[in-house]
Amino acid sequence: MNELLAILEDQPFFADMEPEHRRLLAACAAKLNYPADTRLMRDHEPTETFWLIREGQVALESPLREGCVTFQTLGPGDILGWSWLLPPYRASYDARALTELHTLRFDAGVLREHMEADPAFGYMLMKHFSALIVQRLQAARLQALDIYSHGGPGHGT
Amino acid sequence: MAPETLQPRADSALPEQAMAPQPWRIHSVRPDVASNEVFSWTLYPEPGVEPGPPPAPGQFNMLYLFGVGEVPISVSAITADGGIVHTTRAVGSVTRTMQDLGPGAVVGLRGPFGTAWPVEQARGRDLVLVAGGIGLAPLRPVIHAALERRDDFGHVVICYGARSPGDMIFRDELEAWGARDDLDLRITVDRGTAAWRGDVGVVTQLIDRGGFDRRNTLAMTCGPEVMMRFAAASLERRGLKPEDIFVSMERNMRCAVGFCGHCQIGSQFVCRDGPVFPYPVMEPAFRIREL
Repeated sequence: MNELLAILEDQPFFADMEPEHRRLLAACAAKLNYPADTRLMRDHEPTETFWLIREGQVALESPLREGCVTFQTLGPGDILGWSWLLPPYRASYDARALTELHTLRFDAGVLREHMEADPAFGYMLMKHFSALIVQRLQAARLQALDIYSHGGPGHGT
Repeated sequence: MAPETLQPRADSALPEQAMAPQPWRIHSVRPDVASNEVFSWTLYPEPGVEPGPPPAPGQFNMLYLFGVGEVPISVSAITADGGIVHTTRAVGSVTRTMQDLGPGAVVGLRGPFGTAWPVEQARGRDLVLVAGGIGLAPLRPVIHAALERRDDFGHVVICYGARSPGDMIFRDELEAWGARDDLDLRITVDRGTAAWRGDVGVVTQLIDRGGFDRRNTLAMTCGPEVMMRFAAASLERRGLKPEDIFVSMERNMRCAVGFCGHCQIGSQFVCRDGPVFPYPVMEPAFRIREL
C-alpha cells in the first residue's frame, strides 16, 4: 500500500489530490505488468478499469475493416482509460501494448461506488478526468488541423 | 515586472551595412525529406566577401535570388569552417526557385539578423526544446551548442513533432541524438505508418511526460503558431513560468532591420525585436485572430 501511495504521489495526475483521496485510490490499485501486444481494451467492450502507465508504450487504435489505425500513443505517466466513468461504460477504441508494460491497474467499478458514496471524492476524480479528457480532445483537434502542412518558421515565401 | 524583449546581438548587421546582399556560393545541397520539398544548402562567401559575424542560434539571414526575390531563412547549422547551413521548405515562388538551384550557384546573402535563443540563460538549468515540422531547423543550432557544452546544462529534452515519419527532417542526426544517453529525444507524428514504431499524437503530449525540473528549466519552442501556443500551455501546466518559455515567430520579413513594418506584430518588429521572443511578449498576439 505504501509503495503504491509513493508511486501516486510521484505522478502529476495524482500529485495535487488530498492524501486521503490518494489512499482510497491506492486501495483500489494493483501493480500489473503486461507483455507486448496485449490488448488492454477493445472497442465497444465494457470497461471497469483504468491504468497508470509506468513504463512502456500503448497504442490507441480505431478498428477499421482493413485493420487498425493508431491515432495516439500513450507512455510513462499517462492515464489509459476513461470510458469507465460514464455510461454505457464501454470502450470507444482499442488499446494495445506496443512494448512490455508496467502499470498500476485501478478497479474502476469499486471506485465508482466510492464516488457515489463520497461526493467530494467523486467531484475531485471527475474534475481530474474531465481535465484529462479535455486535454485529449484538444490534442485530437490539433492533430486534425494538420498544422505542419502550411506555414511556420523557416518556410519562406 | 513587464517582460522585456531580447536584445539583438551587438555585432549583428547594422542598418547602414545591412541592405546590400553579398555573394555566397552554394557548396552543397541536401534533401531533408524524400520529396526534396525541404532541403538544406551549405553556403560559403565568395572570394573578397568579408562575412559578417557568425550567426547565433535562432538568428536568420535574408537570401536573395537575383531577379526572383528575397526570403528570410533561419540558420540551421554552422560548419566548423564557417559555412552557413540554411534549411528551407519550398512553399512559395522564391523558395520553389531555390529548390532548383544546385551546388555552384551564387545567391545574395545579408545578415545575420534578429534575436537569438537565450542559450547562455539556460546554463545550469534543464533545457526543453519543442519543435514542430521544419521548426526543428532554427532550434538545431541550440542542440549543437548544448551538445558541445553538454556539462553546462542539466537534462536536455527534445520534443519533436512531424506530420508523418516521411516528413521528419535531419533523420541522420535524429538517429544519432536518439542513441545518446545524455539527451532525451522524444518524437511523435500526427499520422503513423504501418512501419512506424514510435509515438503517434501531437507534440504537446511529449511535454506532458515531464522529465525536467519545473523550477529550473528553460524552454524554447519553434513551429506553427498554434503548436507553440499549445506547447506553452503544456509547459505552464507542467509548472514552468511564462518568462522561462521562448518562442520563434515567422512573419513576412522584408527589410530585416525594422524599417519597413511588413513583419510588425503590435509594437514588435519580428525581424528586429525577434524572431525569438519571450513568450509573455507574444502571448497577447497569439490571442488576436488573424494577426
